[in-house]
Amino acid sequence: MIAVIDYKAGNLTSVVKALKHLGAENIVVTQSPEEVLRASKVVLPGVGHFRATQLLHDLKLTQSIREATANGTPFLGICVGLQWLYEGSTEAPETEGLGHFAARCEHFPARYNGGELKSPHVGWNSIEKIRPDSKLFAGVADGSFVYYTHSWRAPVSADTAATTPYGGDFTAAVERGNVMGVQFHPEKSAETGLQVLRNFLEL
Amino acid sequence: MLTKRVIACLDVRGGRVVKGIQFVDIVDAGDPAELAHRHAAAGADEIVLLDITATHEGRSTLLDTVKRTAEKLFVPFTVGGGIRSAEDAAAVFDAGADKVSINSSALVRPELIGEIGSSFGAQAVIVAIDARREGKDPREAEVFASGGRKPTGRRVVEWAQEAEQRGAGEILLTSMDSDGTRNGFDCELTAAVSAAVQIPVIASGGAGNAQHFAEVFTRGRADAALAASIFHFGVTDSRALKAEVARSGVAMRLPC
Repeated sequence: MIAVIDYKAGNLTSVVKALKHLGAENIVVTQSPEEVLRASKVVLPGVGHFRATQLLHDLKLTQSIREATANGTPFLGICVGLQWLYEGSTEAPETEGLGHFAARCEHFPARYNGGELKSPHVGWNSIEKIRPDSKLFAGVADGSFVYYTHSWRAPVSADTAATTPYGGDFTAAVERGNVMGVQFHPEKSAETGLQVLRNFLEL
Repeated sequence: MLTKRVIACLDVRGGRVVKGIQFVDIVDAGDPAELAHRHAAAGADEIVLLDITATHEGRSTLLDTVKRTAEKLFVPFTVGGGIRSAEDAAAVFDAGADKVSINSSALVRPELIGEIGSSFGAQAVIVAIDARREGKDPREAEVFASGGRKPTGRRVVEWAQEAEQRGAGEILLTSMDSDGTRNGFDCELTAAVSAAVQIPVIASGGAGNAQHFAEVFTRGRADAALAASIFHFGVTDSRALKAEVARSGVAMRLPC
């Protein structure tokens, strides 16, 4: 069973549709900590404000996600779902992230390299410097395009699986063992995005 | 590198895709779901479905059409037309849209922009502006409501700025003067709006060939550009168009 966590942060239908399109069966959209613990895979989608992730703490999902991932359950955070894997975000400083990865997410700078930088970062941008051992990007070529829409981003670290350049490089995807996240929207990134989701489903 | 987006727009009336010239003289162009998938497969970066008569006739958006179109569409999908409340928007998101485009209803009640944004995120709210300037300075361009039928007395640049302040994620700017002419986008108007806001601006109205796209991405400072008729009647497909735009030095998503 694949648990897609519903924490009222934007629409889940596209993620569920993409997973079904790829042949995934038994997808459960849930807010239940027990279901997360029973799931063979967990997906945390999300668009919108970081403060929406407060509901994960309120519903006691944080603890079950910690347990499930410690037991080796593959976990994929998407967009705000990736950001939540970090310690937090300046978007909602009072809301704690999972803290699985060190560092906090920050807003894009208003200026970069002497020029104005538009924010939000919206559109198709390239994924680069794909880590050779990345499971998410198996079969995905460096320089492939994926769709983004966000204003906060995670910094590059040793856990970064690929980067995207916008106001400098940021973390396009993070991956350590069974815990992974993508800042872009794989469910809206045509063939490249579907390949990333397929890779996750095949774990 | 962040690429400029080429967006295929489906103007829908009564469940069929139609295309008019300067907002009148409507002709049939096909089934929305079928065309959306064809465009996505041909390399369109995004699909927009506008129920162009919804406001005029007081109908709600055609949710079934949206559902059918969204079912296997794995590129961003925007729906507009007849969205008057956060509840209307919620129904459209439920049917599978990623973003909504609001126009007349935001002019009547600008608070709507923030209401939808607070539930679904700013990235999900596009404010569409129909603009007419009849050769005047772009800063004098006037906003029209109800599918281009009603002058509002508002200036386009000021309304775009207000929309941004109220939480719009993108501006979809249609030049009524250029719409359907295939003589090129209104680069001056687009540049004036793009310079006035931080959020992405989608240029619309007047697409005829690849050169027009290249011009609006450079001189017009557009982040994305939208076209309908040039795609529907087989004049070009997105892939060929984008390859040609890329040759003039604009970053495009290729291969796609």
